[in-house]
Amino acid sequence: MERTAVSGRLSWQVAAVVSVTWETASVATIQLDPPDWAGHRAGQHLDVRLTAEDGYVAERSYSIASAPGEQLAITVERLEDGEVSPYLAGELRAGDELELRGPIGGYFVWEPGDGGPLTLLAGGSGVVPLRSMLRHRVNTASDVPARLLYSSRGWEDVIYRDELGQHHDGARVSYTLTRSRPPGWTGHTGRINSALLAEVAWPAKTNPLAYICGPTSFVETAAAGLVELGYPPERVKTERFGATGGR
Amino acid sequence: MSPVSRGFHHRALAGQESRVPPGQYVTPGFPVLSAGPTPHTPLDEWTFSITQGGQPRKSWTWEELRALSAETITADIHCVTRWTKLGTEWRGVSVDTLLTQAGYKAPYVMAFCDGGYTTNLPVADVTGGRAWVAFGYGGAPLEPEHGGPARLLVPHLYFWKSAKWVRGLDLRESDEPGFWERYGYHMYGDPWKEQRYQGD
Amino acid sequence: MDPIDGNGIGGLLIDAFGKEMTAVSSTCATCGARRPVAELVVYQRAPGTVVRCRTCGNVVMMLVKRGDSIDVDLSGLASLGQPDEDA
Repeated sequence: MERTAVSGRLSWQVAAVVSVTWETASVATIQLDPPDWAGHRAGQHLDVRLTAEDGYVAERSYSIASAPGEQLAITVERLEDGEVSPYLAGELRAGDELELRGPIGGYFVWEPGDGGPLTLLAGGSGVVPLRSMLRHRVNTASDVPARLLYSSRGWEDVIYRDELGQHHDGARVSYTLTRSRPPGWTGHTGRINSALLAEVAWPAKTNPLAYICGPTSFVETAAAGLVELGYPPERVKTERFGATGGR
Repeated sequence: MSPVSRGFHHRALAGQESRVPPGQYVTPGFPVLSAGPTPHTPLDEWTFSITQGGQPRKSWTWEELRALSAETITADIHCVTRWTKLGTEWRGVSVDTLLTQAGYKAPYVMAFCDGGYTTNLPVADVTGGRAWVAFGYGGAPLEPEHGGPARLLVPHLYFWKSAKWVRGLDLRESDEPGFWERYGYHMYGDPWKEQRYQGD
Repeated sequence: MDPIDGNGIGGLLIDAFGKEMTAVSSTCATCGARRPVAELVVYQRAPGTVVRCRTCGNVVMMLVKRGDSIDVDLSGLASLGQPDEDA
């Protein structure tokens, strides 16, 4: 049986920007109020379209940060050489309009019925769709256990820091910092590798379901690492951003 | 009709309109466009060849190519994806030099490249000082993501004709479609006539 | 320029096929590798959207936007079928 995105024509619509909240110095969560939103599944994304006065159009995709049923939100990392992200995380403000369409995606999605246990691996802003999954897990009082390993450049770059810091029942969050660490840091350091995965990920014998999201190089290393640990490839779902972050 | 996004600007240089073909937007950057992974042929294995019917007429090693007299070229470049970059500076060997040394008698060429990319051009458009095998950009060696060690440079046509990672030109009797041309892009590609797709 | 994967062109695929395609199973015509469309290698920054097999690197799908329509070339695919049961 085919599982598709929540039904409804994938048409562009103009949403009101409700709020822009800064998660870190360069990452903002944008809450949106679209006129005709049919709901979404955790892990899906939406497409955003910007139009300049001279008619120039730029489109990008962003993972949905909110869980199903919550106020629609995306989280955007401002990339120095980006064309769209400096506008969304820098210029956009409450009261503006944003043209979008969605939800999009039928592969990189999770709902409680899919089971687990869940191994979630996040590289930088790849944490966004995984955060939607974790919030959905809490909102549905799911008893599927989850482990999130979140790789970030430094502690100041960790998105949703306070929210993730909480240990929900059955969800464990670990961090690895790759470039800098705060004084007294006792967590992991360095880029994700087989040894770290062996320590943090659910053992293969528990038949886990894995979701990996982040830059392409992060996803390749992480996915290979899980397969090396014995995860069947079909139980490892991947979503790659380009090297520059957004899709 | 999409609403204009308040405060979203696309930078355009004032007063340069006459240098910008229809439908193009000037970019300050140099976007990297690719249809596949970046090849990395070691220079001691690299050659450039003029071939005919698949047989080499003349080949140059990297050292031999670099020993030929090179020129500095300043050109505006126009990508079919609508970005234009003004005043780009290159260094390369004129295709005239290469074709003359090889001796040629054919109306068309198919440029062939590492990674399998191809593009077709009339010989008339790669001679007469209109095309180069370029190995330098902006005063430095051409980077792999922009086509290094060497790419074809044919600035008067859309930039997909300036084949990255070029390894040679195959002389042809007829104009056959290369990679993008087979997927519907224009056989010639004049940006001033907006020849983006077949039928334009 | 690092490629992305089929997830990133979910919207384009809906435009081209009229429905969600990332969970659909694809089979490469060159090497026979089978995987969900989401796991194919996508080069987006090109005159067309180039979709390659992750196993052998050959082009399995090409999508070229032309005005309001999309030209789709699937000659690199042996099949594009029902959603992968395991996906």
